[in-house]
Amino acid sequence: MADPQNNAGHDTDPIIRVRGLVKKFGKHTVHDGVDLDVRRGEIIGIVGGSGTGKSVLLHQIVGLLKPDAGRIEVFGQSVRDTSDDEYRALRRRWGVMFQDGALFSSLSVRQNVEAPMREQLDLPEDLRRTLAGIKVRMVGLQDSAQDKYPSDLSGGMRKRAGFARAIALDPEIVFLDEPTAGLDPIGAAAFDTLIGRLQAALGLTVFMVTHDLDSLHAICDRIAVLAEKKVLAVGTMADMLEVDHPWVREYFHGPRARAALAGGDKNEVR
Amino acid sequence: MQPDSPRVDMADGRLVLSGDLLIGTVADLSCDTDGAHGVDIEQVARMDTAGAWFVLDLAARMGDAPVSGASDVQTLLLDTVRDNMPTGAPDAEPRQTIADRFEGVGRKVHDGWRIAVEMTGFLGQVVATLASLVIHPRRLRLTSLVHHMQEVGLNAVPIVALMSFLIGIVLAFQGSSQLRQFGAEVFVVDLIAISILRELGILLTAIIVAGRSGSAFTAAIGSMKMREEVDAMRTLGLEPVQILVVPRVLALILTLPLLGFIADISGLVGGAIMSWIELGVSPSVFRSRLVADIDLWQFGVGIIKAPFFALIIGVIGCYEGLKVGGNAESLGRLTSTSVVVSIFLVIVADALFSVFFALVGV
Ligand SMILES: Nc1ncnc2c1ncn2[C@@H]1O[C@H](COP(=O)(O)OP(=O)(O)OP(=O)(O)O)[C@@H](O)[C@H]1O
Ligand SMILES: [Mg+2]
Repeated sequence: MADPQNNAGHDTDPIIRVRGLVKKFGKHTVHDGVDLDVRRGEIIGIVGGSGTGKSVLLHQIVGLLKPDAGRIEVFGQSVRDTSDDEYRALRRRWGVMFQDGALFSSLSVRQNVEAPMREQLDLPEDLRRTLAGIKVRMVGLQDSAQDKYPSDLSGGMRKRAGFARAIALDPEIVFLDEPTAGLDPIGAAAFDTLIGRLQAALGLTVFMVTHDLDSLHAICDRIAVLAEKKVLAVGTMADMLEVDHPWVREYFHGPRARAALAGGDKNEVR
Repeated sequence: MQPDSPRVDMADGRLVLSGDLLIGTVADLSCDTDGAHGVDIEQVARMDTAGAWFVLDLAARMGDAPVSGASDVQTLLLDTVRDNMPTGAPDAEPRQTIADRFEGVGRKVHDGWRIAVEMTGFLGQVVATLASLVIHPRRLRLTSLVHHMQEVGLNAVPIVALMSFLIGIVLAFQGSSQLRQFGAEVFVVDLIAISILRELGILLTAIIVAGRSGSAFTAAIGSMKMREEVDAMRTLGLEPVQILVVPRVLALILTLPLLGFIADISGLVGGAIMSWIELGVSPSVFRSRLVADIDLWQFGVGIIKAPFFALIIGVIGCYEGLKVGGNAESLGRLTSTSVVVSIFLVIVADALFSVFFALVGV
């Protein structure tokens, strides 16, 4: 599954290892034997049609949904069979940004970003505020947005605020569920640059569900295709173009994909 | 990996940082910048954004002193953070003065008036929509109405019956111990019948329904409001008052009298049983006294209030629901407001009815 040529520069041990994952909702099987490795320090993009279970996969990896069978390890530790303390320690090492932002509606943006710091660390108040302020600016929000409440933000601003909260503690892995959906193209490109930059600067591993061909192309090291209830293919953009499967071909050879491919590739951007 | 605690040393007039500069460790790190004119981070093992901020802040406090010894990765991080440093200190929460408090009271009074006006307007809208159903009966959402009738009516029967049964028992018990002193035991029937039929049966039913269904209305409509479902309805040309409010209010108006009736019956049954046990008033004596002494108006006076109570509970439950804003807290706050206000207004209305019935002499 994982191709050996692409291994250079990465630890051999995967940071996330999913094996034989099965997930059913009642009679409806969403995953049937999903295998996936994510390497330390890479940006992996997860693609698949709507309703193929990308969000469900993400929820299972971070332990919010219980798989029916199979094993999920993050940092070499099973997410399910851990004590509460171990799980808490694990959780501190990743940040999650949900598809619809999932901000706390009764807290302002800054308080949302401060929330994980408040829960996990004992920081003096002004340091916490300053760090939250940096994170809010990093994701491209104006200072004036800091004291707004989620219901007063636009969809794109909510996304950014969600991302700021996900990176509040400088986690080792960030899980992003469609981070660029709903952003304007300039904002989306800035988002890509930011993710790329943070990955380079902090050695971040990024697990990103996305439909945005531009981000797939610009920043993703590898792409995993979720279809037919399993991971159909994993590899670089170039590998994806070779895959012989109707959906994958349609996806990566469609008119939008061609436009994105024409726009320059990952190595040029960084 | 356990972080190495960071250290600051002074060498050649430069601050030399070492160890791990991470969000969990920089807070405890303090150093005075006297006489230093540079920061060296060559020996820093790990650094995150908080660490980078610390380094930059240190340099800034020394008057933009140079930072040396950063690796490529660290430079990238420092640049990223430098680009995003907040300008100026974040302003603290403003303190409340006495004037603010007075202003708050004034605002509350003004809001109270405004809400009363709004609520009356909403009541008018609901009544108008209800009335228009007489002309256009097909606009009524029958499925929804039946569903809500089951929710607020049928499903409330057990709790209402049980509550009223117990109230009947309590009345008989308390009444009998008082009436026995005068040898007027048999008047316990009048006591129970009048208090349950005229007042308690319907009042307590209304209070239970307000707690049960009024809050459910607010929560259901409120969460639809939060997820913009109500706005979506409007854009589709569906009128929320017609779709959401009218079936609920109508269901209450139709079922609350029935619930009141059930409460009356089970209250009387409870009273009769207790009178039998306590005073030896047999059920047949109870029945004949009931028929002889109590005219139908006692029952009518109670039941006539039911539709009005229903209207109050339904309209307030829905009104508060439609007021819910974007956050989860307002949903909780308004749900409890809805229950408190509707119980309060039900009792006020009950008092007004008492005055009215006293005036007309029934
Ligand atoms: N809690 C749930 N109960 C029942 N079925 C669910 C639940 N959550 C998700 N599903 C089903 O699982 C499937 C996968 O959903 P998921 O949200 O993961 O899709 P997705 O790949 O993220 O799609 P999209 O790209 O539209 O976000 C869908 O068919 C959905 O109906
Ligand atoms: Mg999804």
